[in-house]
Amino acid sequence: MIAESLALSAALFVIGVIGVLTRRNAIIVFMCVELMLNAVNLSFVALSTVYGATGQVFVIFVMTVAAAEAAVGLAIIISIFRHKKSVNLEDINLLRG
Amino acid sequence: MANEFLPLFYVFNFYLFGLIALAGSIVFITRKSPVAAALWLVVVMTSLAVLYVMLGAEFVGMMQVMVYAGAIMVVFLFVVMLLNLGHPSELNDIRGKWGRIIAGFIGVAMLAQLMALSRTSLSINLNLPKPTTAEIVAQPAGIIAGVAGPLFREYLLAFELTSVLLLVAIIGAVVLAKKRSA
Repeated sequence: MIAESLALSAALFVIGVIGVLTRRNAIIVFMCVELMLNAVNLSFVALSTVYGATGQVFVIFVMTVAAAEAAVGLAIIISIFRHKKSVNLEDINLLRG
Repeated sequence: MANEFLPLFYVFNFYLFGLIALAGSIVFITRKSPVAAALWLVVVMTSLAVLYVMLGAEFVGMMQVMVYAGAIMVVFLFVVMLLNLGHPSELNDIRGKWGRIIAGFIGVAMLAQLMALSRTSLSINLNLPKPTTAEIVAQPAGIIAGVAGPLFREYLLAFELTSVLLLVAIIGAVVLAKKRSA
């Protein structure tokens, strides 16, 4: 089942990348990043069936970082929405020359 | 889990939930409404939790349901409803034809790379840790002891640092999302 899990992990990661590239809504882009983190977690768990339980420890760390990232990132989105009245990524172009 | 003779029930359910995760993620990135997308992402995460349990990671599967499908997605839905992001003008946010073509091209190239990488043989000079996961699961304490052992021994510093990280994230989120009084 490890080969299938790694293939599914690769497919989910690529779907997350395509979502990040094709969507303009900042919240959906953010959720696609969470999907990519989940895909990496799946390959950690799949490989931990052979290489010992340390991979599952890393999954716990990834989940912690994802929770922290979600809190800070959504706070940034709220802050941007207050200024721009939009979460569309094409409206967030302050650094464009 | 590494043996070749898995029961048919196991294999069937593994493929079933794998396909649910795959189909759910494709539906997830094509939904227009952020609320529908978030709910489809919950489907993906729950079926991934099933896969974790089937791969012998019961604790991680439980954490997946509680932390990801529970806490993180509730925060996402909360922000979507707080910002009231259901306006028809903002619903269609998928990029145009060229953006989709470029994204599809990058996706196919990346998928080919990842598939080629996952087919390479891994164990050349890798020294494996002595108790494998199958042996840990067979013990009376189960996988919890197998996860908690490295977490509180080898990775104790990293574990303590994650608490600092969470504190920083809490303070940062409050400061960023607070209304400026000036």
